[in-house]
Amino acid sequence: MRGLWNASRESGGGVFPRFQGRGCTFDVNDLAAGSILPDPDAIRRQATVVLATGEQLPTALALLELDGVVRRVVLCPPELTSTQLAAVASAAGADFMAVSDSSATEVPGLAKLVLRTRVRPARIERSASQNTEWVLLTSGTTGMPKLVVHTLDGLAGALLGRATGRRDIWSTFYDIRRYGGLQIYLRAVLSGAPLVLSSPGEPTSDFLERVGEAGVTHISGTPSHWRRALMSGSAHRINPSYVRLSGEIADQSVLDLLRQAFPAATIVHAFASTEAGVGFEVTDGLAGFPASFVSGAGGPAPGRAELRVFDGTLRLRSPRTAAYYLCDGARHALAGEDGYVDTGDLVELVADRYYFRGRQGGVINVGGLKVYPEEVEAVLNADPRVRMSLVRARRNPITGAIAVAEVVPAEAELVARDPPRAARLIDDLLSACRRALPAHKVPALVRLVASLEVTDAGKLVRPSA
Amino acid sequence: MSVRDEIMSTFRRVADAQGRRLAPLSDELKLTECGLDSLGFALVVASLEDSLQVDAFNVSDASAFPVTLGDLIGLYERAGA
Repeated sequence: MRGLWNASRESGGGVFPRFQGRGCTFDVNDLAAGSILPDPDAIRRQATVVLATGEQLPTALALLELDGVVRRVVLCPPELTSTQLAAVASAAGADFMAVSDSSATEVPGLAKLVLRTRVRPARIERSASQNTEWVLLTSGTTGMPKLVVHTLDGLAGALLGRATGRRDIWSTFYDIRRYGGLQIYLRAVLSGAPLVLSSPGEPTSDFLERVGEAGVTHISGTPSHWRRALMSGSAHRINPSYVRLSGEIADQSVLDLLRQAFPAATIVHAFASTEAGVGFEVTDGLAGFPASFVSGAGGPAPGRAELRVFDGTLRLRSPRTAAYYLCDGARHALAGEDGYVDTGDLVELVADRYYFRGRQGGVINVGGLKVYPEEVEAVLNADPRVRMSLVRARRNPITGAIAVAEVVPAEAELVARDPPRAARLIDDLLSACRRALPAHKVPALVRLVASLEVTDAGKLVRPSA
Repeated sequence: MSVRDEIMSTFRRVADAQGRRLAPLSDELKLTECGLDSLGFALVVASLEDSLQVDAFNVSDASAFPVTLGDLIGLYERAGA
């Protein structure tokens, strides 16, 4: 138990990273002589702090100050609504909400900590007294985020003590409050490497220009982030030696496109999820992963997650898996009794390689964001003109997949004979979805159908992808 | 409707549905600056797959990845839409 600050100092050999945001730079070394917290002594050991700072930089700094000091930190991505924020704070038992702007919305019951933009000099003893829990948010079936609890040791895993090149400069398209981005943040913090952070709403070409100017050597994102980068026409502005993809299925086409765009770079696609942690990395430039990764008689290579395929889905057991789900103040297990977490990712063995075939239960991955069909179907089914509906994934070259809906109208025959009535129903359903759901969950297409297939047990037959 | 007209009208429809302001459409307009985000662009492509009945994005050449609206129209025209 060292806390992130001390771990950073030790593994970086006394070198702290520099964070480069949009229009601002912060040398982490400055935190050695002070704090950005308004009153560091006011934060109790048992406190839970929700980090809801909008921009990434204040959270990047606050994590260094709070890990090892408080009981729990909750990382909130910027798109969280105020209703979701209140629900998350309540579920986490939060005491404080750290914000970067004093005008940020109040959440009842939470004391607001307005983080300073500059360090206020103070004598601060940075000693860790506990293993702080790091809470990450992921999509849930109900539209409210699920709280996934990690510890620094689990999150950093193999990164701790791993030397990286002294000249490495990291960046990521991800927000560091998501698992994929947090991995890059920790790599920078634990190696002393500079980190270039994106800004919410920043145009891709502007970000790539900053990344290029900073001389970034290592950069990560989802396949959707990378397609967006290629489409921006500004990919040539960066010259990375290491390109990493995670968070979605990396198909052969995006791997080939990146190979052409960055012929000298090492291109790695990693399997990771907020719950299961980092599973493995694939470095041969091919989609899928070698069958030899799946645990055989010899067991896994040291430090690598153990992989199993059971019932067609990938299972993972590793020290990097999250500790538990936090729900209504209670702990809920993520893993089965054997310690394996079901990732819900369907895989298929072809020759000596496994390929990803979508998600169990029809969960749709739209550009790295999960969509549970049931949540969208609940909105569609709330219309009295709808008998039942099915939301499923459709492949898409930009975001990997999008959601589409099939709807059985209550008066199917009547609607089928009356095209204007059908068009009105579709329009109304799409409007209802737009009002009730974030944009990535709104079906791209609603199709009226006469019936949907139902199993003997009375459940909708869900396609697997 | 020509491929060009279909693409233009799809951009307008998606921008309207998403409540976004579309930049004036021209061949030189960069797709990332047209006013749609990745999701909006994904919706445009999904809609064009249906209306034009082609999967134009089946490209394997990074230099062929569309950057401007003109590139995108060319991609669909070459794909035989």
